[in-house]
Amino acid sequence: MGPHIVVLAKMVPDPEGPPSSFEVKTAEKRVVARGIPPVINPFDENALEAAIRIKERLGGTITLLSAGKNLSRAVILKAVASGADASVLLEDDSLDQALLDSRKTAALLAAALRTLDPFDLVLCGRQASDTNAGVVGLGVAELLGLPAVTLAQRVEVSDGKVVVERVLSDGYEVVECPLPALVTVSGEIGDLRYPSLQAIRAAKELPQRVLRPDDLGVDLPPSWVETVSLEPPRRERRCRLVEADSPAEAGEKLALLLREERVI
Amino acid sequence: MGGANGKVAVIAEMEEVGRPSRITLELLGLGRRLASPRGEVWAVVLGSGVKEACGELASRGADRVFYLDHPSLSPYNPEAWTRVLKPFLRERGEGVVLAGHTPLGQDLLPRLAFSLEAGVVTDCVGVRADEEGLLFTKPVYGGNALAGVRVTTPLALATVRSRVGEALPPTHTGEEPVPLPLDPPGETRVLVRERHRLEAAECPLEEARVVVSGGRGMGGEEGFEVLRELARTLGGAVGASRPPVDSGWAPTTCQVGITGKVVAPDLYIAVAISGSSQHLSGMADSGKIVAVNRDPEAYIFQVSDYGVVGDWREVLPAFLTKVRELVSE
Ligand SMILES: Cc1cc2nc3c(=O)[nH]c(=O)nc-3n(C[C@H](O)[C@H](O)[C@H](O)COP(=O)(O)OP(=O)(O)OC[C@H]3O[C@@H](n4cnc5c(N)ncnc54)[C@H](O)[C@@H]3O)c2cc1C
Repeated sequence: MGPHIVVLAKMVPDPEGPPSSFEVKTAEKRVVARGIPPVINPFDENALEAAIRIKERLGGTITLLSAGKNLSRAVILKAVASGADASVLLEDDSLDQALLDSRKTAALLAAALRTLDPFDLVLCGRQASDTNAGVVGLGVAELLGLPAVTLAQRVEVSDGKVVVERVLSDGYEVVECPLPALVTVSGEIGDLRYPSLQAIRAAKELPQRVLRPDDLGVDLPPSWVETVSLEPPRRERRCRLVEADSPAEAGEKLALLLREERVI
Repeated sequence: MGGANGKVAVIAEMEEVGRPSRITLELLGLGRRLASPRGEVWAVVLGSGVKEACGELASRGADRVFYLDHPSLSPYNPEAWTRVLKPFLRERGEGVVLAGHTPLGQDLLPRLAFSLEAGVVTDCVGVRADEEGLLFTKPVYGGNALAGVRVTTPLALATVRSRVGEALPPTHTGEEPVPLPLDPPGETRVLVRERHRLEAAECPLEEARVVVSGGRGMGGEEGFEVLRELARTLGGAVGASRPPVDSGWAPTTCQVGITGKVVAPDLYIAVAISGSSQHLSGMADSGKIVAVNRDPEAYIFQVSDYGVVGDWREVLPAFLTKVRELVSE
């Protein structure tokens, strides 16, 4: 029988949205996304793609687990349709980005994982595109006592273990550990495939369970970090545009200008 | 609050056997700044052949150096390292632990945080000491906002990007390094089997004083040939935004940005790059920024000092010829 893989998927405002769509509310210390749709965190999509590739070779099942507030059913449906078999949503108004830190989130996800059918592998993105932290996956592993490998650009399952190519700054290393395990996935693995319309229709029939934090009987630990300020980045500069009659002349003038200003 | 008391511990990384990496030296410099005059900066170095590095760590800002020289600790194995560091840091109990925001630091510190129940802040672009303790700043929402974060546990852990701290010039110190106890290391579940290095670049990106980067608009590998030529002429390195890396026009090690490398050269030339927050996060602190883009509305111009609106295919050859002429003068 193939492995049971759980993919942790966070819903985030589309990180590829233009800077103007991220309104920084300094007083409230939160970012409000305007006019951009929610998406699955791109690295979690990479994790789902990794899971689907394993399933293509070995069979087995994939469960998508997402925690949050007001989870978009359309977004979940599309993700499930790309190759998962079931979804579990941990949903509550209290699961607000601004109220949860990595410690609370990891505790919640670990508790939710304990209620699922036994699994062989947990996959998630290397970090979320909103918090940029990359802490929760390792936290879940630590809380569940699972061996963990981070930054995977390739994930293979065989003989009761997982073999991972782990991205380094000057190449990669091959790391393995026994199952059950947790692996965080990097973008190098490749984009999540698009589901067909037919698959999306079929996915509506797949089992979906909605849990509330109360169902888990978990006492959330206190936060250990606190956001005390939030500001827009200051990076705008005054740009001197080089004017010229032709692009080639502009190139030449740019070189002269940079020399004049002692930049080169 | 986490990080107060002027106690700083830096997790050292090696560039090669016996030589601390640049980020490690930067963190020692940062540590010195954060430690109150009465505070102490410790360096902790694990691996094989690391004893040789202790002298340099001491001369670059560490008041005390702790080391454990053992083959089971090299290459980095998360479980073996955690086993050594957990009791060591538990005993310290307070202060701040700094590591580079590298594949090692990103992997190690969250593990230590959960096993020590201590708060962790990753990807810091600033760390400052004030009356309340330490204030960490880090980009969130892909660099569209900067968060100020405090850690509420007595021990705080943080991964810090390159160029946040400044390496100190070597000074003489005589403190003997202190060996850490090695409980028999035992088996680890995680095993590192082999390591593959990509061909080293002519000039490492993070060290370069000039970086010439290309984006999606380069259209293919040939475009990057031109950038390489320009980089060579200026004595710099080639970088890229993410799409060229995804398309295989440039090696992954070239990626600049929030999930790539962070660079701050004296001169950054962005060619056919639109200026997404994710990219800007990796280069916005560069000395001077030059943009070449055919779209006058491209956001990159708003964050640049100099710009040319035009097709790089027409702009760059003339630019390159003139630069060659000027630098050979
Ligand atoms: C979680 C996450 C992490 C990410 N991490 C990173 C990261 O680390 N680094 C990174 O760079 N990106 C990252 N990205 C991607 C990022 O969001 C952008 O998609 C990417 O930076 C865009 O790259 P670009 O500017 O090259 O491409 P585009 O935005 O497509 O811009 C191409 C530009 O080229 C110009 N152009 C086209 N043809 C020509 C020509 N012939 N001459 C001159 N100009 C031309 C166009 O006008 C345009 O401005 C990340 C995204 C996510 C979701």
